[in-house]
Amino acid sequence: MASGYNAKEEDGHRAGAAGPGESASRSRKPDNTAFKQQRLPAWQPILTAGTVLPAFFIIGLIFIPIGIGLYVTSNNIREFEIDYTGTDPSSPCYNCSQTYSWNSTTLCTCTLTFSLNQPFEGNVFMYYGLSNFYQNHRRYVKSRDDSQLNGDLSSLKSPSKECEPYHTNEKPIAPCGAIANSMFNDTLELFYIDPNETRTPIPLMKKGIAWWTDKHVKFRNPGGSNANLTAVFQGTTKPVNWRKPVYELDSDPENNGFINEDLIVWMRTAALPTFRKLYRIIQKKNNMTPTLPRGNYTLEVTYNYPVHSFEGRKRMILSTISWMGGKNPFLGIAYMTVGSICFVLGVVLLFIHHKYGNRNNSSDIPS
Amino acid sequence: MTWTSWCCWTKWRDSSESERKLVSNLPYEGLKPKNQPNRRYAGNAIKTTKYSFWSFIPMNLYEQFHRWANLYFVGIAVLNFVPAVNAFQPQVALIPICIILSLTAIKDAWEDFRRYQSDRQLNGMTCLIYSRSQRSFVERRWKDVRVGDFVRVLSNEIIPADILLLHTSDPNGVCHMETANLDGETNLKQRKVVPGFSSTNSSFEPLNFSSIVVCEKPNDDLNHFNGFLEEDRRKTGFGIENLLLRGCTVRNTADASGIVVYAGHETKSMLNNNRLRYKRSKLEKKMNTEVLFCVLLLICMCLIVAVGHAIWLQTFSSVPIYFVPNSDGTFTSAVLSGVFMFLTMIILLQVMIPISLYLSIELVKMGQVFFITQDADLYDEEKDTRVQCRALNITEDLGQIQYIFSDKTGTLTENKMVFRRCTIMGTEFPHEENAMRLAFLAGEMDTDEEVIYQQNRRPPLFSLEEAQDGPEGANAHLPGHSSLHGSRVTAGAPSSRAFSSPLETEVIPDHTLVQLMEEEEAKPYLDFFLAMAICNTVVVSTETARRQRANERRNSSISWSPLECLEVLFGRGTCFQRLSMSLTRNRGSLSEPIHMDPTDSPVYDVPTFSGSVQGPDEGVNSPSNCRATTGRVQAGSSSVAPEEVCYEAQSPDEAALVHAAKAYGFTLLERTPDHVTVRLPSGKVLEFKVLDVLSFDSIRRRMSIIVRHPRSKEIIMYTKGADSGIMERLQNTFEDRRRVKSQSRDVAIKTQTDLDMYAKDGLRTLCFAKKVVSEQAYMAWQVKRQEAMSAISKKEELLMDTADDMENNLTLLGATGIEDRLQENVPETIQALREAGIQVWVLTGDKLETAVNIAYSCKLLDQRDLVFTFNMENKGACKTMLNGILQELLRNGSLESEASIGLVIDGRSLSMLLDDDLQMQFVQLCTRCRSVLCCRATPLQKSRVVTLLRRRLKVMTLAIGDGANDVNMIQAADVGVGISGQEGMQAVMASDFAISRFKHLKKLLLVHGHWCYTRLANMIIYFFYKNVAYVNLLFWYQFFCGFSGTAMIDYWFMIFFNLIFTSSPPIMFGIMDREVSAYMLLQLPELYKRGQHAGGYRRSTFWIAILDAFYQSLVCFFVPYWTYAGSDIDIFTLGIPMNTVSLFTIILHLAIEIKSWTVVHWVIMVGSVIVYFVVSLVFSALCVSCNPPSDPYWLVQEQVADPMFYLVCILTTVVALLPRYTLHALRGTLVPSDHLKARQKDQLPPHHRDRWLREYRSLKELCASFPSMSSSTVPQDTTQSPSTPTAPLSSSTRVQN
Repeated sequence: MASGYNAKEEDGHRAGAAGPGESASRSRKPDNTAFKQQRLPAWQPILTAGTVLPAFFIIGLIFIPIGIGLYVTSNNIREFEIDYTGTDPSSPCYNCSQTYSWNSTTLCTCTLTFSLNQPFEGNVFMYYGLSNFYQNHRRYVKSRDDSQLNGDLSSLKSPSKECEPYHTNEKPIAPCGAIANSMFNDTLELFYIDPNETRTPIPLMKKGIAWWTDKHVKFRNPGGSNANLTAVFQGTTKPVNWRKPVYELDSDPENNGFINEDLIVWMRTAALPTFRKLYRIIQKKNNMTPTLPRGNYTLEVTYNYPVHSFEGRKRMILSTISWMGGKNPFLGIAYMTVGSICFVLGVVLLFIHHKYGNRNNSSDIPS
Repeated sequence: MTWTSWCCWTKWRDSSESERKLVSNLPYEGLKPKNQPNRRYAGNAIKTTKYSFWSFIPMNLYEQFHRWANLYFVGIAVLNFVPAVNAFQPQVALIPICIILSLTAIKDAWEDFRRYQSDRQLNGMTCLIYSRSQRSFVERRWKDVRVGDFVRVLSNEIIPADILLLHTSDPNGVCHMETANLDGETNLKQRKVVPGFSSTNSSFEPLNFSSIVVCEKPNDDLNHFNGFLEEDRRKTGFGIENLLLRGCTVRNTADASGIVVYAGHETKSMLNNNRLRYKRSKLEKKMNTEVLFCVLLLICMCLIVAVGHAIWLQTFSSVPIYFVPNSDGTFTSAVLSGVFMFLTMIILLQVMIPISLYLSIELVKMGQVFFITQDADLYDEEKDTRVQCRALNITEDLGQIQYIFSDKTGTLTENKMVFRRCTIMGTEFPHEENAMRLAFLAGEMDTDEEVIYQQNRRPPLFSLEEAQDGPEGANAHLPGHSSLHGSRVTAGAPSSRAFSSPLETEVIPDHTLVQLMEEEEAKPYLDFFLAMAICNTVVVSTETARRQRANERRNSSISWSPLECLEVLFGRGTCFQRLSMSLTRNRGSLSEPIHMDPTDSPVYDVPTFSGSVQGPDEGVNSPSNCRATTGRVQAGSSSVAPEEVCYEAQSPDEAALVHAAKAYGFTLLERTPDHVTVRLPSGKVLEFKVLDVLSFDSIRRRMSIIVRHPRSKEIIMYTKGADSGIMERLQNTFEDRRRVKSQSRDVAIKTQTDLDMYAKDGLRTLCFAKKVVSEQAYMAWQVKRQEAMSAISKKEELLMDTADDMENNLTLLGATGIEDRLQENVPETIQALREAGIQVWVLTGDKLETAVNIAYSCKLLDQRDLVFTFNMENKGACKTMLNGILQELLRNGSLESEASIGLVIDGRSLSMLLDDDLQMQFVQLCTRCRSVLCCRATPLQKSRVVTLLRRRLKVMTLAIGDGANDVNMIQAADVGVGISGQEGMQAVMASDFAISRFKHLKKLLLVHGHWCYTRLANMIIYFFYKNVAYVNLLFWYQFFCGFSGTAMIDYWFMIFFNLIFTSSPPIMFGIMDREVSAYMLLQLPELYKRGQHAGGYRRSTFWIAILDAFYQSLVCFFVPYWTYAGSDIDIFTLGIPMNTVSLFTIILHLAIEIKSWTVVHWVIMVGSVIVYFVVSLVFSALCVSCNPPSDPYWLVQEQVADPMFYLVCILTTVVALLPRYTLHALRGTLVPSDHLKARQKDQLPPHHRDRWLREYRSLKELCASFPSMSSSTVPQDTTQSPSTPTAPLSSSTRVQN
């Protein structure tokens, strides 16, 4: 009906244009385009049990294998965790944890022994874990100066206001802010105890623990890579809680100053109050022997970092990784569950479709 | 400063006076401004801009901050500058407000610039002002015109200010003015020179003008103006008929001059210029409650976090290392921190209150309006008009209409008046030939336009088949057919103007009447036709003037067709020649008309009406012969003396009457304020001196013209009016002086019978009467009249009183019946609207019988309806009947209420029913009626009815009308629709939507209304959902960051998210989604019902959406949370998968809701996702330390390179959308909505679909034929005339077919 009507008008229009003047050609008749007449060809999906059925089965069929794969992968990851907070009086670190505060000058060390029941193959990542540490507190997160860390000289001398109150201590603080000020400073060392009781120190790689971009782009020492750090940081002071200034963090010039990887890792504030941060990497030696063979180990902790005030916990974590990162069974289970649910729903919908699906065709629109 | 204060002072002075006095500026020419007598009045320069160049920024900001939404933004931004509270970098928080402000400012600046341009153009136009120094009119610009100046306007020039007309080039002191710019009316209005000036010598000398002009203060009433000229204590009154209005165009008058009385912003047209309409749509009002809910939700969430934060702080016995002290090293107390946290959270969760929703709604409505105006189906070829959306913000109200109040004349009917029959001195002349011609023309149109021209009223004597073998046959071999269409085509401008088509202008005289007139030059007939010809306000204009205008107006919306200018081509012919010419004009009008070549005569061979044409001289028996000869004679004479006359009538009735009179040879040749010239059938030209015109008003319902007969010199008054207005003022026929008066009494009785018959046939009736006034009586009356004329206060009343004094003791001459044709597709439209659950009321000023008849023919009333008629004299009866009906309805309960009840209410009864004490019952009854018809309703009553139902029933109302009398109603209704019709543009000006045909209402409501409502409702719901779903992510995070107000998503991403990534899909959704196709919506009007009961936008829908938003945000938060819990992930790296899954969920949620995917949908949806990734990647590749503390450097890249990211995204999206998707599918199968079914049917192949539609419709009709189940009308035959109930409660007829 509509098209017939249009056609007729169209005719009149054209004939009119041929008539007395341009007046007709300037008619206000709307263009008869599919867009303007809202007649664009359209795909009009209708959601009924029948039409969505395949989607459910497909989701089910894809998700369950993925879930299984993820679950297996996660299970193959070796992970070992030891708490060395020392809240329990029986713990070797109990003394340290009780006496230690930020202001003490003496070092306190404690040694924990543990055993690995399974060998860790491939590169092993050593993490320190903190609990109840709200690195994501709003004011804590903001308390940093990224341009200072990026090597900006003016920011070095006059840190951002965001760092307050950790921006000056008579002299400007480098690196400023609460994050840097609270940097984790325990030292962890790992020894393998042979069956014949000899302690072999395990080599811990301290480089390569930070993101490449952080180390090379985001964090830079002021005055370029070859500058004398002591001179560059002249006129600044160390963060209040630090023992050593930033340019003495490491002897390796590639890992000193703002590009110290421990600092960089710490500055990447954790998302959740219980977190781990990469501390060292234990590289695999060769393909023959596992990186960390089964057996007993001791962990030597230089206990500098007090967590007592916020009832925090400190952990040391050893973990191998896969393509999916660390051990995490959640995703695999979730995929399997969702896949199964979809499959069941698919079956239910199939049933519903067969029972009620064809009913519509004969029914009418009630008014 | 001084100037402005002075200006204020003068304004104050001005306003302190009740009238304006002004004198000529000329004696003061060249003096300093302070010595100018008229300095206190506004100049003619206009300034409609809001801002000047310098004040733009401050003023625009000031205006914008008047909106609470902007204040909210500013408040948030300011809050962010308080260090204890701020959630983001302070500068960053300024971004949203800046963007909103600058967007609005750009829009405002653009609008204002355009206003500035048009102002400058107007102010710079040139006009002629008299200059004393040069002793002549010199060219100046409009802005230089001042009050008191003498201005001269030439033909076709636009009048620069309101000018009191003192001189025209016209010897009669008349100036014609076209007011199209002002009110859209295209007919010419006549203005006269102020009395006393017309007689002065032909060259006007402003220097001699020494009077003081006293007039009213400026006001916006275009139809009233009063004042007087005072010279030597002699007062000369003047009125609106002496005022040239700014913005109008002078026509047909070589030049006119006068003194400026109002200038610039004080002119009537400028004062009328405030047409901005702002209506809040129902949906928006409802939405505001939801916004309030959001505010409450926001406050709740902020409170939770604030309390949580305070409690969390108190769990620490000592200060942990990660607590950052204030800059002075102290820590804020837990309670105070909680308070601060509350404010911080408001900043953080600000998006919860969807401020951008308002902007989006505006954009969506702009898009919707665009599509409505682009609809080709709503385009009227004839008038070249599209549908106009004058109110931009109530498009979705069109989808919720429950009651339609319609005017009848011009809305349901064409308002193209066609003279049908007349009764003279008690004798009825049926004009059968004319009727047949009309039927033929109607039939002709039927064939291609499906026009319904009241076929049930086709005269029984002449069937179409008799004259021609049906319209189809006629098409095949009739030149008439092609010619009719040719006329439309060659007319060029597709709009043929009012009262101009051959349909209306040509009347075939009734041969009996013609014979009668021939035999006896009977005075009553002469008087009757004279009255028809002169008792009106029709202006005669010449062809040349018309043509000129036609050319000028080509480009404008109203164009003219030359064919209408063809009137009286063959002026000098005899009466009979002219009569027969009326046949041929059909043909003549098409070819480029005016000069016809005699050789053309064969083409005049139109056999169409040959049988019906009987020129008295040729004799009844030789029709064909007559045709041929007259054609030649006509053509010949026309080439000799082409006299071209066009009639400009203010109402189509008048035009029809003048044309009818012309058909009988009484041709109105000229009308000036002083005289009317008429040519009689004999060829004699009579020039009547017009003594007075008592113009029409709706209270008297009649108009009169008092003339002096040129021969007999007696003073005669001809009166024309509604029968009620005339009959009561006839000579005292019912008194006992029977001998003398019996004849006139008979006439009155017979005429009344005929009138009733006309009314029953649906014709509009007008009575004509005459009165001979004695000199003395006239002189006495004249004095009173003159007093009234010069009165300033109460002038209207006085004038009406004097008119009443004169209009009595009339002698009835006769009456006419004018047919008002039903517009095309009116019955179908009404039926469809009714099926859509809309109650249609017709409110008309017409007579009860006429209205009822029309109501039946347009299927408003059905023959099986139970019709109650309220036609009461007193209130008691009204009340009794009302209660009686209600009780009966209640008693009969369900059974009777199912039957359709019609209500017909007379004007008088209506006013009683609208009284406070009966209102409630009346409303109660109305809700049970299927259709209601109010006759004899005044404009005020119309609007009261609308307001009553709107208030009492809380329903959405739509009023549709075309005339000035519908303006009240249109403004009272929720949605006002104006029909740009024959009666000017007042209705359109007052309306929200303007259409050109009633049938367009169907698509406007059923399709566009439905679409707009569904789209907007869905869009708003989605918008709420979107904001809550996104913002809740931040809320959930608070539980893991010590309620400290941290955002794990970078603020820039949050801004981009709302501004770029997810802004266009909902807008596109709101503009373009199409749940059901237009075809199905038109086929199944029932689908409209959902909108009426707010089915698309329920509170429950809102809460379900909010619940879903909560669920989805939980999923979007916790799936990534559990995936990354305990790992070394950092804040902003965690934020990226959350942000991404949130985007996917939000976009795909919309994808589930989108009902039809066009290319645009795909592009925007896919585009949004692509833009998200591109922008994120680019942003995080560029920003190393530009955005502390969350510098996202390489974050997105890290994530994108991680397979876990994708696994998380997929899982989360699936889990988040699973419930909604499943529910949709289940609902689609188990409880499919009507809309869903319609969509399913729509996807069938066309023939299957149409078959289903047919079956469905026949099923419906079957249901309808059982009266107890019927809710809609079915029957096809309305040919038999329905039995109209007149007695109260009389007709409970239900005719079963």
